Amino acid sequence: MVFSLFKKKSTRLADQIEKESESVSVDTQSILNPVTESKEESLYDRLKRGLSRTSGGLVASLRGVFGQGAGHEEILEEIEAILIQADLGVKTTQRLLDQVRPLVETNQIRDSTALIEKLRELIQKQMSLHVSPLKLNEKPFSVVLIAGINGVGKTTTTAKIGNLLQATGKKCMFAACDTFRAGAVEQLGIWGERLNIPVITGSEGQDPASVAFEAMKKAQKEDIDVLLIDTAGRLHTQKNLMEELGKIQRVIQKNMPAAPHEIFLVLDSITGQNAVHQARMFHEMLKLTGLVMTKLDGTAKGGVVFGIQEELGLPIRFVGVGEKFTDLQPFDPQSYSQALFEEN
Amino acid sequence: MMFGGLSEKLQTAVSKMSGQSSLTEENIKDALRDVRLALLEADVNFLLVKEVVEQIRQKAVGVALEKGVQPAQKLFSLVHEQLVELLGGEQPTPFQLSSGRQHKILMVGLQGSGKTTTAGKLARYFKDLKPTLVAADIYRPAAISQLATVAKQAGADFYQAGQKDPVEIAREGLAKAKESNSRLVILDTAGRLQIDEDLMNELIRVKAAFEPDHILMVLDSMTGQEAIKVAQAFDEKLNITGVILSKADGDARGGAALSVSKVTKKPILFLGIGEKLDGLELFSAQRVASRILGMGDVVGLVEKASEVMDESTAKKMQRKMGSGEFNLEDFLEQMQMIKKMGPMGDLLKMIPGVGQMIGEEQLGGVEQEMKRTVAIISSMTPHERQDPSILNGSRKRRVAQGSGTNAQQINHLLRQFEQMKQAMKQMKKAGFFKPANLLKGKLPFGM
Repeated sequence: MVFSLFKKKSTRLADQIEKESESVSVDTQSILNPVTESKEESLYDRLKRGLSRTSGGLVASLRGVFGQGAGHEEILEEIEAILIQADLGVKTTQRLLDQVRPLVETNQIRDSTALIEKLRELIQKQMSLHVSPLKLNEKPFSVVLIAGINGVGKTTTTAKIGNLLQATGKKCMFAACDTFRAGAVEQLGIWGERLNIPVITGSEGQDPASVAFEAMKKAQKEDIDVLLIDTAGRLHTQKNLMEELGKIQRVIQKNMPAAPHEIFLVLDSITGQNAVHQARMFHEMLKLTGLVMTKLDGTAKGGVVFGIQEELGLPIRFVGVGEKFTDLQPFDPQSYSQALFEEN
Repeated sequence: MMFGGLSEKLQTAVSKMSGQSSLTEENIKDALRDVRLALLEADVNFLLVKEVVEQIRQKAVGVALEKGVQPAQKLFSLVHEQLVELLGGEQPTPFQLSSGRQHKILMVGLQGSGKTTTAGKLARYFKDLKPTLVAADIYRPAAISQLATVAKQAGADFYQAGQKDPVEIAREGLAKAKESNSRLVILDTAGRLQIDEDLMNELIRVKAAFEPDHILMVLDSMTGQEAIKVAQAFDEKLNITGVILSKADGDARGGAALSVSKVTKKPILFLGIGEKLDGLELFSAQRVASRILGMGDVVGLVEKASEVMDESTAKKMQRKMGSGEFNLEDFLEQMQMIKKMGPMGDLLKMIPGVGQMIGEEQLGGVEQEMKRTVAIISSMTPHERQDPSILNGSRKRRVAQGSGTNAQQINHLLRQFEQMKQAMKQMKKAGFFKPANLLKGKLPFGM
């Protein structure tokens, strides 16, 4: 079952990319396993393993919900506890509860299997509302801007996306616009070397917008398919730094009015309800096109993302499940919701 | 603006209670529900919320209401007290390191929590101890060079030995620090998941070799419900000695702090504020409790104010405001001081309730208006500043030209200034300018 799920998911990214341009052929196999890791578990397995670390607890708790003599209120309270502990937040939890309450109260849901299935279905349904094709086949090239607060994993994510796209036959280029954090430019440089992807860098302290500008020029000259722009981490409350991000975007647009074609906000799965504020502020400044959830190989489930989707209607593009550059997969609502409730 | 402050919610929930002489099970029921929601929205762990609400309920029931005290105020202060207690209370003595001997600090935490930056901040904070920063993050690309740069910025010594076993790096770093007579060795380690057994075991070995006096866990203030598991795991494996909450300058309510205190029983020592190396502040349970409850950060505001305004200036201002002598010159001075305190938005957010009331856009507007006001007053002659009534049409035209504004904007400012003076007179009558009131956070903002 695991295999079939994974296969379904990988063809989906292929769909997404192919929808954009029929001329580009996508090697599904290579997305499935961009760098061959035959002996290692599949990415889906790894995601599942990560999620099930707590979903073990999650599912176990759900199993316990229909204990002997438990009243409907108790059952619903228990479900509330489970969802809130997955960081779904009070509002989203309430909304999901409202949907299962009548079913529990009228005994249409009488056991935990039915309850889990219902919750999974609701979550998958909501997440499926926000799936849209990635714009990665633009001419002359696609520009992807990557933003987020400090420490969420932007640089690693940039490298991982580069690797994934390169495996589908796309020629990538990185722009290291984090000229603020010590070592950031070098970090992306090392990734570029490992992946054999050219990196445009500025010097430390250089105006990041000017690095983006140079990168746009370079990408135009060289035959690049996708330019991935990594930016410095900044808290969404730092007005000046948020303005700086706006400036980077304007510089890109001056070069190519339709760019950046994709603007991703990277979110750390362990973040609590503050992620909603983050997404709101970054969206306001940049008009995001998608979210990337990182560190899903830990125990955190990133449930806050439901609330964000609900409010901003943004698709989740990728999920990060480890530190290696192969540890990234296109997001798929079905396998995600499945993995969320999978038992060990 | 999604989360209104708890104080406002309680205000409505408990208003039904007025006229009663004590808090009862019945009359705090709704209010407790709001307390619960506020704590959950602040990312306090669900199980802990249950416990805290129960504790508050037990404490509150039967509490008599003194005359003139609103039930809401009473319950609110009980909640606040309880949180402060759970956060370990006020530290009797702040985290200190004596200069007579060598200290060793081991930095641990998840990926991206801010260990390297925090290591640099600690080095700077204790720079008198001639600190050495040792790079043992052998995994993340460029982590070593990041620490090298941070060490340089902090004025600290730096040791690295490439990608070899962190245990060896720890030993060599110690030897190097001994040679150079460094009295503080800070070992920066790679971020790791608490469930990654190999890497957690590596830390156990590093700990055995390094024999740290302090094992400090860096935790992102924005951490959600998982904070409890992360802290528990790091503590169980390593017996951490303290916690530093990073990225505390954002708008996270920081409920994770409560979870961590609760499960580890270890003190939270510092708050990490901003990316610059001087951004390390002693933890204050009062402050963090207020934030969790959405009360703003009055303590922080007063601290900031005292940084830019010495006591005599503050007194002079108070006297002038109270006496009605306050003129545009003083206004300008006051505004320039406020500007020194940082972006207006950050300041306003520290005032209880204001952060929720004003949106980001409006905050930007305030900033703009302040800039304009400064420009207008700066274009006036000293005489005009002291007595704006002499500003006639031609003087206004000159000021408008000098400040890049127009007569309307100048009139607007003058009207506001007049209103402000009126308000100050009334505030004086109400005893607003007594220092005690100022410290309670009623800092007149003049705008």
